[in-house]
Amino acid sequence: MPSSPDILQAITPDLIQEHGLSTEEYQRILKWLGREPTITELGIFSVMWSEHCSYKSSRVHLKRLPTHSRRVVQGPGENAGIIDIGDGWACAFKIESHNHPSFIEPFQGAATGVGGILRDIFTMGARPVAIMDSLRFGPITSGADQATIRRNHSILDGVVSGIASYGNCFGVPNVGGETKFEPCYSQNPLVNAFALGLVRRDEIYYARAAGEGNPVIYVGAKTGRDGIHGCTMASEEFSEASEEKRPNVQVGDPFLEKLLLEACLEAMRTGAVVGIQDMGAAGLTCSTCEMGGRGNVGIEIELDRVPQRETGMTPYEIMLSESQERMLLVAEKGREDEVFRVFEKWGLDAVIVGRVTPDSKMRVLEHGRVVAEIPNAALTDDAPLYRRPMERWKPPVEREMPASIRLGQTSDLTANLKRLLASSNICCKRWVHEQYDSMVQINTVQGPGREAGVIRVKGTKRGLAMALDGNGRWCWLDPRLGAMHAVAESARKVACTGATPVAATNCLNFGNPEKPQIMWQFAQVIDGMTRACEELEIPITGGNVSFYNETLGEGIYPTPVVGVVGVIDEVEKTASFEFRGPGRSVVLLRGAEPGDATDAEAEFGSSEYAKEIFGAVWGFPPALELEKEAALQKCIVELIQQGLAESAHDCSDGGLAVALAESAFLNGVGARIELVSSGLAPEFLLFGEDASRILISCAREHVGRIQKLGVECGIAADVLGETVPENIEILVDGRPVVAAAVAELKQAWAGALERALRVEAAEEVAPSVLERS
Amino acid sequence: MKFGVIIFPGSNCDHDAYYTVRAVLEQPVTFLWHESHDLENCDVVIVPGGFAYGDYLRTGAIARFSPVMESVARFAAGGGLVMGICNGFQILCEAGLLPGALLRNAGLKYISKPVQVRVESADTPFTNACRKGEVLTIPIGHMEGNYFCDEPTLQALQREERIVFRYVENPNGSLDNIAGISNPGRNVLGMMPHPERASEALLGSSEGFKVFQSLLGAAVAR
Repeated sequence: MPSSPDILQAITPDLIQEHGLSTEEYQRILKWLGREPTITELGIFSVMWSEHCSYKSSRVHLKRLPTHSRRVVQGPGENAGIIDIGDGWACAFKIESHNHPSFIEPFQGAATGVGGILRDIFTMGARPVAIMDSLRFGPITSGADQATIRRNHSILDGVVSGIASYGNCFGVPNVGGETKFEPCYSQNPLVNAFALGLVRRDEIYYARAAGEGNPVIYVGAKTGRDGIHGCTMASEEFSEASEEKRPNVQVGDPFLEKLLLEACLEAMRTGAVVGIQDMGAAGLTCSTCEMGGRGNVGIEIELDRVPQRETGMTPYEIMLSESQERMLLVAEKGREDEVFRVFEKWGLDAVIVGRVTPDSKMRVLEHGRVVAEIPNAALTDDAPLYRRPMERWKPPVEREMPASIRLGQTSDLTANLKRLLASSNICCKRWVHEQYDSMVQINTVQGPGREAGVIRVKGTKRGLAMALDGNGRWCWLDPRLGAMHAVAESARKVACTGATPVAATNCLNFGNPEKPQIMWQFAQVIDGMTRACEELEIPITGGNVSFYNETLGEGIYPTPVVGVVGVIDEVEKTASFEFRGPGRSVVLLRGAEPGDATDAEAEFGSSEYAKEIFGAVWGFPPALELEKEAALQKCIVELIQQGLAESAHDCSDGGLAVALAESAFLNGVGARIELVSSGLAPEFLLFGEDASRILISCAREHVGRIQKLGVECGIAADVLGETVPENIEILVDGRPVVAAAVAELKQAWAGALERALRVEAAEEVAPSVLERS
Repeated sequence: MKFGVIIFPGSNCDHDAYYTVRAVLEQPVTFLWHESHDLENCDVVIVPGGFAYGDYLRTGAIARFSPVMESVARFAAGGGLVMGICNGFQILCEAGLLPGALLRNAGLKYISKPVQVRVESADTPFTNACRKGEVLTIPIGHMEGNYFCDEPTLQALQREERIVFRYVENPNGSLDNIAGISNPGRNVLGMMPHPERASEALLGSSEGFKVFQSLLGAAVAR
């Protein structure tokens, strides 16, 4: 990239290519402008037409997603989606990826991912009240060479510290999320950050400029040279040279962002703010043309006035900088001082850098001389749109269970359960979430490590539940079905708290869309997601697409992550997943009948058990009947609201046995259950991951009412056994197949991540430190 | 009984303390801006948790120079009740209202979780609603909670029963398991656990609320 571009710099074919623009795209630029672009304009087109900003490969598909319901106040297209939650309150939420920066510079990449999504929320006038993260890393125990494993440790450590550092300082509780490991993420870790904020229904702000002559005000941090071409970087595959892109990663300052939050919300309360947008990807460029575009007006800015932290910055650099913690707002003419006073109180820069014009163009001046003048539409609505070629893709796996795999007779299922509980995908993630402040703002009713995060809404009886989910391996085996599961499971987790799922946000992580098979995966995922969202009545209100998650041609599993938000009218009635005490009935709610042995074999190949115990992947994800899933979720919400279910645990990763163990750990209350094989191998019964199942516990006298409600909903409610002190026992056809103390199982599960990372478990602070006096 | 909660740039538990006093304790409460000297006739000043000034230099190192802290020092010297929670504890140590310092946690990581603390002295305005030896479950959330002081100071704290809270299981390497201490006049308390996060059963524990109830008791006694 040119380091000291000049307005007179010649635009050569090399330069065009360096900016990631194709020959056809350059021709379109010439047509839009009717002349050659300046170097600044070339840079602006390059970032706005990057995959990251333009969604040029995905837009045609994203249109299929359902985006409306009676609760939706704002769907896709703004900084965040907004839904009505009652009592005059609305909530803004969104998930966004920061994958590429987090690979190059894990700490800052993850930290600024959190910072970016928080700004998306408070730019809408909402105070962020919860965050969650969905993380994917390469293996940390085995399954790769030592150097790779060590690097994966380092990426995990950096990402978690980065998220902690930003969220903790900003003061927003981290209430959940997920952390998973697969070899395909070694060179392409995924960092998807979700944030949710609360706003009064009548105090929402939009990123829309309006009012000719109104001043355009720059607020927050000064502009530096960091992050230039960050979004172009996120729109390419990685190679060995990617280390050199470290300077493209921005550096976060959560303290400044906290001040910016308070100042922006206070400035909005003055009523002098017309529209506001954060400067995220593509910085000043994106906020200027998008705010103008949405309001059908133009914006003219003078770069000399932009607060800068370095000297000698060119227009190119100022326009493309992705320095963090900056916002652009349009104020009402004549009321600028009200805005200035607020920012001065919080010690932040607030400078008029331009004004709203009537001509629907973005005009950029330096020393009064025009260095860029581009119609907004060219950069936003009319940016290139591709219907990329697609080609059906088949995963390189057997669809039937390999003959070498033996089930039943000889395996020690207690030992295998322990191995599964200690596996990195299933084990306790306390090492991660204890680094996050989960209690600040004193709303957290259920924090990390539960089915879903649950917060109360102060001043009301309501609560909000939220969960993230996405199974990359399943989407790799069958993208359409895998995506349906991501929606269903995320919603099921929310329902397990007693909240009704009402809306969703998606983060779509994929490989290179220029490869027809990747594009096919993407289209299939959108189809599956559309179907599931329609059936479960949860519209998608926004999200983010991350393509080019490939290094040296090796791509990730197609990994859509779905964040579902639910509303619970009386938050005091929420249920958690742990058994409360012995003597309760253990009941399995089941939406669909289990398949026959052939189905079970094929589906078992997608399970955590197959991966962890056999080291193999085959077959398909479990079948999913969405009507049954919807019925199941309605049923569990009703059971919890009526106070009939004491605990509710989604049966998913690791199947029934893992759900049972996890329900037992928190209070050390075990269970004794009996299963009927109907000719299926015990592995299928214990560790199969059939969809649409929830494990609940309840008082014995409630079983009848629960079963009656189950019948009304079309849901089976089979009593499996009861809770007992201290032990877990599972019998199949009267024969014990698992028997262990809860404490013994818990030990395998609780310290596994620390053992993998070779750090001491939290309780064991070295005594030598205590003896320092 | 009127409470004041200080807001520094970067405070983020200010609203939590405010909410607990107003909605749970049901007492009058006001925010105190860091640039003001006016404590607005408050009976209790709370220095809340957070990351005052970003804590980039050293926790509390800049906040201690705020105008409001000059007033807090005078207020404390006159016997006024001052409670520092988490970052507030760090600030009170930096300001010299409490002895010692809070170092980086022994594990070098931020720790957020509920912990058990034992009330070691019920003879303070902040703990008079507790029994000596009572164990309370209260969350912590900090990177620098590892209390340290020199030997004579520690002996004085022990002798004068100014160690108000000790961790049952030490989470951060803190000297003598210290979770909270008071000044010699017993009118200034600093504690790392967050009592405002354990003041309502809905949030998992209401055992921290005893600290706020104690303050009401102290007012009645006066």
